[in-house]
Amino acid sequence: MRPLFGGIMKTRDLIIVGGGPAGMAAALKASECGVKDILLLERSRFLGGILNQCIHPGFGLDYFDEVLTGPEYAQRFVDKVFADKNIEVATSAFVVKLNEHKELTFLRPGKVETFKAKSLIMATGCRERTREMIPVSGTRPAGIFPAGLAQKMINMEGFLPGNKVVIIGSGDIGLIMARRFVLEGADVKAVIEIQSSTKGLARNVVQCLEDFNIPLYFRHKIAFIHGKDRVEKVSVVKVDEKFKDISGTEFEIECDTVLVSVGLIPENELIEMAGVSIDSATNTPVSSALNTCSISGLFVCGNSYKIYDLVDNVTKDSEIAGEQAAVFLNSVVK
Amino acid sequence: MIMKNNTSELTCIECPKGCKLFVGKDENGKLKVSGHSCLKGEKYAIDEVNSPVRILTSTVRAVGLVESMVPVRTSRPIPRDSLFSAMELIKSITLNSAVECGQVIVNNFMGLTDVDLVATRSINNV
Repeated sequence: MRPLFGGIMKTRDLIIVGGGPAGMAAALKASECGVKDILLLERSRFLGGILNQCIHPGFGLDYFDEVLTGPEYAQRFVDKVFADKNIEVATSAFVVKLNEHKELTFLRPGKVETFKAKSLIMATGCRERTREMIPVSGTRPAGIFPAGLAQKMINMEGFLPGNKVVIIGSGDIGLIMARRFVLEGADVKAVIEIQSSTKGLARNVVQCLEDFNIPLYFRHKIAFIHGKDRVEKVSVVKVDEKFKDISGTEFEIECDTVLVSVGLIPENELIEMAGVSIDSATNTPVSSALNTCSISGLFVCGNSYKIYDLVDNVTKDSEIAGEQAAVFLNSVVK
Repeated sequence: MIMKNNTSELTCIECPKGCKLFVGKDENGKLKVSGHSCLKGEKYAIDEVNSPVRILTSTVRAVGLVESMVPVRTSRPIPRDSLFSAMELIKSITLNSAVECGQVIVNNFMGLTDVDLVATRSINNV
């Protein structure tokens, strides 16, 4: 691949895509293992990734033996990354192209750059599943948000996207957002979970729902979302063990907002573009050992490798990716 | 919290394990915890029966900084009953110069001794 606008393509020892907890842990560990030329690419303006919007506590108990909020957990790595002379950080840098030779093209303010990486670590995280990916009938009014997007609106942008809220799915992000909306003055009417137990942590059911008397309906689903311009109400129905509606159990909840918290999808379109085999069921690379994929010297870590429950484990496994890249650079590239 | 035969049943929120805790009284009327797997759990259970406390996290508005909102937390857990009045106080604050992670925004928050409201992220001026 030639650089888009001519010139000689620069080679870097290690390029890491993604400046969240996974990318930062990988970069720091690779540096510690002796890699001297590390380029860390982050598409947003700041390092930290999704942790910056996860302002609630509960991070770091395992890795730091302390209770930290998401931004505090991230800050410890951000400070170390900027202090590390082996790591060059490029923010607002968005990778648009990757091939099987580990050559990648990225956009940064005022520039398009193409680099060849001797070793590459992809720490691109994940995105939320949306309303379109679960069978919910109804109209398509404003007011339906993935829970993590609502989290960003409240915690980063500083506005409340709705006042009367129903949450689909009882994963941790949904539970955390139930509490957040209530604290910000909204009325959270219910959390609707189709399974008979929550996928979220028990402590989040206690401190996010029970503390605020928010009802959690198991074995229920949203049968219909009503509303012309804005969400007006939802129809809820009980389901049997085969997830079939039980007739006669329908009821309605008046609301202006529906949050969808129904899981995460690893983001791996770039490695797919490079020809890496992807398991279509999980959208993760087909892999024989932690952080590896079908291209040698290309490692995938954090939530793009698999969805983790705890960031502490993302950090630990991503440090291994940093080591793996260092070992690869020592053994294969002379 | 569920009460059964003079024993309170609760779920620990100190770590992701979520231990089931039981709080009863021994023959001297002293609170007795079981089901915990660490000292944090024992303390949590006793606090929860006597007067529940929570760490509160939120955001305060920022003007002239590179982000619109600065995330904050209480340095220690505060009474659960005071969460909403604490939110009112937090909403009344505006920051207009750079903050460091850990910087105290409000000393003796809500008049509570040993509790500060602190920034949880370093955010620069524009």
